[in-house]
Amino acid sequence: MVQLMRRRRTEGTEPTPTSSQVAASKTRLIDAIPIPPGDPLETLLLTSGGPVRLRDLDLESEALVSIRAAGVELIVPLIGQGELLGALYLGPRLSDQPYSTDDRRLLGSLASQVAPAMKVAQLVREQQAEAEERERIQQELQVAALIQQTLLPKELPAIPGWHVDAFYRPARAVGGDFYDFIPLADGRLGVVIGDVTDKGVPAALVMATCRSMLRSAAQRHDSPSAVLSDVNGALVPEIPPAMFVTCLYAIIDTAAGEVVFANAGHNLPYVRSSEGVIELRATGMPLGLMPDMPYDEQRYLMAPGEVMVLTSDGITEAHSPEGEMYGFARLMNRVARKPSDGDLVAAIVTELESFTGETAEQEDDITLVVVRRTMSAQESASAFDHPLEMIDRFTLASEDGNERIAIDRVTVAVDPLALGTGRLERLKTAVGETVMNAIEHGNQNRRDLDVDVEVSANEHVVSVRVTDQGGSAAMPQVATPDIEAKLAGEQTPRGWGLFLVEQMVDEVRSTSDGGAHTIELIMNREGAG
Amino acid sequence: MNHAFEARVSVIDDGAVVTMSGTVDRAAKQDLEAAYDEASSSPGRVLLDFRGVDYINSTGIAVIVGVLAMARAENREVGAFGLTEHYREVFNITRLADFMTIYEDETAAVAAG
Repeated sequence: MVQLMRRRRTEGTEPTPTSSQVAASKTRLIDAIPIPPGDPLETLLLTSGGPVRLRDLDLESEALVSIRAAGVELIVPLIGQGELLGALYLGPRLSDQPYSTDDRRLLGSLASQVAPAMKVAQLVREQQAEAEERERIQQELQVAALIQQTLLPKELPAIPGWHVDAFYRPARAVGGDFYDFIPLADGRLGVVIGDVTDKGVPAALVMATCRSMLRSAAQRHDSPSAVLSDVNGALVPEIPPAMFVTCLYAIIDTAAGEVVFANAGHNLPYVRSSEGVIELRATGMPLGLMPDMPYDEQRYLMAPGEVMVLTSDGITEAHSPEGEMYGFARLMNRVARKPSDGDLVAAIVTELESFTGETAEQEDDITLVVVRRTMSAQESASAFDHPLEMIDRFTLASEDGNERIAIDRVTVAVDPLALGTGRLERLKTAVGETVMNAIEHGNQNRRDLDVDVEVSANEHVVSVRVTDQGGSAAMPQVATPDIEAKLAGEQTPRGWGLFLVEQMVDEVRSTSDGGAHTIELIMNREGAG
Repeated sequence: MNHAFEARVSVIDDGAVVTMSGTVDRAAKQDLEAAYDEASSSPGRVLLDFRGVDYINSTGIAVIVGVLAMARAENREVGAFGLTEHYREVFNITRLADFMTIYEDETAAVAAG
């Protein structure tokens, strides 16, 4: 006889009649007929101030037509905080008498007590649903993070003559970044960096699939291009629509230093060479978009001292609080400068953090792989086992401007070594700054104190030793000068000398015997530049 | 030996060009700053012409940082051209290149205005 029409804000179950509602034999169940928001009946019920008789109503309302057809005689609105929470639809009384004024008053009073309880119940249901949704998302993120972290390499490869470093920090919503190191035959190393579009569990699952496919293809093919083609072909039928994977795969011949690589639409790797930072370009479409895609394959020979940096777009697409993007130019610039402590991963992450602001939530996963070709133990030994042969040796007075004499003498001395323009210019700048440092700081501009310069070489390296009388003073710690602070007048505009020296040559050594202090500049004769 | 630093200023449509020659080191400070003052007396950008410069050392970089600080204080754009590949690298490493526009040559620098 009585049916509760409940307005629902969220999906839920239809109200079902209780046993008491269908107890009497003459009772008839009235279907729940919703009153759509904005229906004129809604407005009328909200302002009626109590139960409304159908026969009193004359409204253009679709809901009213259905309610009338269902045999309803009286509607009792349930109103809480100015909102129509529901309504009771009542059919004719069992006695067939019309509803009296008292009946209507009683029902009105009942409704006014039911409505607040319904409102509370509704809020509780909504909050529960929200809490469940939050928990579900949280669990999903934990699963995604777990998948990702389980599959990322636990250890970095240890290869003589190479230094490999990696960094991964997921965003709160866990993107689909991954990297991998795959040991291959003949001392070669496969290096993977990739990014699955999308976030959360779906991205993590695609990442896991893609990683296994790459690992398996890497054992079957010696060519990075063939590996990416193979994985693309396998991934296309498996991957959910609108998802794809950008990925770079490189095989490093760790003995020869050669890097062979192919790229499926991923950020280009950078190499800091002695000629500055270069991009390793190879073209190819992301994996999983279309079958039968060709992947361009390129080669690069890494010289000792060179470093290759692989990144994900979480770095280049990070934003400052002002909305500016970090971008490729800043990254390239950061890669170009050798960090004074040699830790390029930390230097990039620190710079990125100061760009985005420390309190900002990380937008996307950040992944970074740094591969440096150090001089191998073998090469290092052979460089110094081959005795250095002295080419030139001279002495200068500690006078302002004498560094130019040193530069000119060294230029003439190393001319037969044919270092190449880039290398020679860098050596000249390093010699100039080191001699200037010896004159000003070591010898305190005292004309009676000499600066000795000795140039020597073997088939691998050139060495320039600059000795002053500064005693055992340790070489000043080289910090990266802060140009922002200098421009703002907060730091002296000076302080570039030793920083430049470190950037110019392959190695700087400092020795002292208590009286004399020597800085030795070592530059490789071979490799890029 | 040191080649004495010289700088002269010429006015272009949208600013001024400081044409330098010789060595940019600490000895160039007074002359370069005076040239910048002259160049910045007219509105617009200041272009530094390095074609005649044979040597820049760290004290010269400090002088250029000083000029960039002056330009920054008055919100003036600074450009440079005529740098050798080596000094372009040095400007990148020291990040001077982040605070001035480095042009391929004079034509590109003037046309950019």
